[in-house]
Amino acid sequence: MQLTNRSKKVDTHALQGMEKTYLPGILKGMAITFKHMFKKVPTIRYPEVKKPFSSVWRGVHILKRDENGAERCTACGLCALACPAEAITMEAAERKPNEVGLYREEKYAAKYEINMLRCIFCGLCEEACPKEAIFLSNSIASANYDRGTFIYGKDKLVEPVTPPSEHVNVFEEGYRKQWMKLKK
Amino acid sequence: MAAFFVSALFFKIVLVVLVFTITLVIAMYSTYGERKIAAVMQDRVGPDRAGPWGILQPLADGGKFFMKEEIIPATSNKFLFILGPSLAMLTALMTSAVIPWGPNITINGTLVPLQVADINVGILYVLGIVSLGVYGVMIGGWASNNKFSLLGAIRASSQMISYELAMGLAIIALLMVTGSLSLNHIVTQQSAWHGMRWNIIFQPLGFFLFIICAFAETNRAPFDLPECETELIGGYHTEYSSMKLGMYLFSEYINMFVSSAIMATLYFGGYNFPYIDKLAEVMNANLVSLIAVGVFFAKIFIFIFIFMWVRWTLPRFRYDQLMRLGWQVLIPLSILNIVLTGGGILFIQNLFK
Repeated sequence: MQLTNRSKKVDTHALQGMEKTYLPGILKGMAITFKHMFKKVPTIRYPEVKKPFSSVWRGVHILKRDENGAERCTACGLCALACPAEAITMEAAERKPNEVGLYREEKYAAKYEINMLRCIFCGLCEEACPKEAIFLSNSIASANYDRGTFIYGKDKLVEPVTPPSEHVNVFEEGYRKQWMKLKK
Repeated sequence: MAAFFVSALFFKIVLVVLVFTITLVIAMYSTYGERKIAAVMQDRVGPDRAGPWGILQPLADGGKFFMKEEIIPATSNKFLFILGPSLAMLTALMTSAVIPWGPNITINGTLVPLQVADINVGILYVLGIVSLGVYGVMIGGWASNNKFSLLGAIRASSQMISYELAMGLAIIALLMVTGSLSLNHIVTQQSAWHGMRWNIIFQPLGFFLFIICAFAETNRAPFDLPECETELIGGYHTEYSSMKLGMYLFSEYINMFVSSAIMATLYFGGYNFPYIDKLAEVMNANLVSLIAVGVFFAKIFIFIFIFMWVRWTLPRFRYDQLMRLGWQVLIPLSILNIVLTGGGILFIQNLFK
């Protein structure tokens, strides 16, 4: 059954006359390769040019801060529980009175580690999080020769402090709102 | 008189060094060109990391070749193993001695021919050196003491011998037209008709046979059976590493350059270009010579491009197809070409008697 019009019928007719010298075939092939010299090269020169990720791309995790710059994570452990690859570990700690600006609630994650070699980037942690603290961003875990470097701690995961004006990432904010709608 | 000889010798040495350097540089950049052309023909970018547009790639390749570990197999014949690539390189470089690179130039009243050696058996010299070239491959393959290398060497030698016959016969027809073996003389003849009396007009079939044989002689695709990876691993250079492998690969590119130069010389007017004589009337003779050298190199580059274009288009021949093409097609065709040329010459002679 023919599904598309793209398939070509195999031509098995015996070569005749001029075709027997293979010259027409050779010239045809050379014309094809010559034409390809002027085609646009589809290569993306990676380190300099980056292809934009899809808007639903699940990349490296990011631990968000709230609008005041305090960490949202309360170390409830639901992400670790949801994780099918068991890539997430954390240690909880109690917030000191002088740390109010640093952590949003009274309990916070003193240690939060994701093993990027175990992680399958399924996004279940993001779904499990009740505090909107963990999201999968649109960047990738960079390659390295050392296996130890793939255990990402808080130094790599927590969102850098930004001034409030730049705080809202339009794309992630829109994504979060959409997600909240779905959750309701 | 002595001063004249000294200055002539000086210019000769300068020319030899220049030709040597230019040959090596062009062969070096042919490897880059090959990769770039292969890339654009396959819709890729090709080497572009070493320097702007990757133009330092050949230097990086060369450096890497030199720094690789040099392995001489324990069971190989050490002397012959080293002799192989040396011979391949030597014979590849020797051929360029008889090629006329341009018309004579005058420096301080001394006439300097842009040809290292204008010997009266130029074409025979080229054929002789080219057939010596098979020794590099043969000795290297034999000395490796490895079945694949030996098979590659045998293929190379039988292929070169078969195609040299057709090549020689194609040249005989050309010689009937030119009446001279000296390459300088052949090029000078082609400067008639305002620099457009190119031998390709009289010898289209001969040129076609010659270019096919040149592909086979330089072991280029579609005749690269001696180094056929799918069947012979690496062919005659399976056991070679480091710069000795580099020499083999390099000699292939030098051969390509030299055979392009010979094709341009024999069939495409050498350094002649249309209306070279008219230009010589209005311009400085030395300047015209330099333009002519540029034109000659442009012709060489076009042929090198054709070599690469064919390589990245055609699949490799099967061994029996190769032999059938050589013995049953090319040799009869070149004999036919000789007969036709002889008939044509007789016809024209009797017509204008």
